[in-house]
Amino acid sequence: MLPVGHYLFLSMALFLLGVIGVITRRNVIVVLMSIELILNAVNINLVAFSRLYGDVAGQVFALFIIADAAAEAAVGLGIIIAFFRNRETVLADEMDLLKW
Amino acid sequence: MLDRVIFYFFAGIAVGSAALMVTRRNAVHSAIFLIATLLATAGIFLQLRAEFIFIVQIILYVGGIMVLFIFVIMLVNLDVALHQIKFARQKWVALVVALALTAEVGVLFWTTGKMPGQGFPILTAAPVNRLPPNAEAVAKSLFSSYLLPFEIASVLLLVAMIGAVVMAKKRT
Repeated sequence: MLPVGHYLFLSMALFLLGVIGVITRRNVIVVLMSIELILNAVNINLVAFSRLYGDVAGQVFALFIIADAAAEAAVGLGIIIAFFRNRETVLADEMDLLKW
Repeated sequence: MLDRVIFYFFAGIAVGSAALMVTRRNAVHSAIFLIATLLATAGIFLQLRAEFIFIVQIILYVGGIMVLFIFVIMLVNLDVALHQIKFARQKWVALVVALALTAEVGVLFWTTGKMPGQGFPILTAAPVNRLPPNAEAVAKSLFSSYLLPFEIASVLLLVAMIGAVVMAKKRT
């Protein structure tokens, strides 16, 4: 196994790209995909430290995070479909019903 | 050496496709590049000898979640979105936030390199032939120490399923 810093750098790069996507993109579907990228970056950290310490608990937590990501994607895409049915848009800055 | 080559191969694919995913205008292209990133991450998991997570990543993420994303992209009319501005107005805020995060993590890495005995542990990982069979070890841990979180996760998935069905249902 490589030194754990390599995996932390990779995870940090993916996390930052995900954060940039969440903040800048207007399309809500791409924002959700960026959130998936962030969760994936966290998984790399967990599995790398699980390998470093020889303890499978990190992999179990990675499994829980994958389950969470599935639940979040299902609910988020359901919200997007319901919203698109009402407003005919998926752009984040046109979702301003609660803004005045 | 081989470990290093494999790691840099998959890490390069992951970071490159993630950058393309964030910057592509077409949401379908973004989804394809996200799939490439997830597959490369699965390769990293395999390089870390986490075979079970590797399989779960491919089956659940690439086979399940991304298919859901692509279905929704096709349900939602994207031709309108294609001709409009890609990035929101807070582009510069995002740049500042990302740079601040990068600086923070960079300082962290830099200082931990300077101070021996502090920061990240310099351990040598267990040799590969000493590792227990991965799926077996994960299952033992999951069904003994983490049984309660496992059951709570099943309730969470049930709630999410009901929520998604209710949300996407046509109003009658």
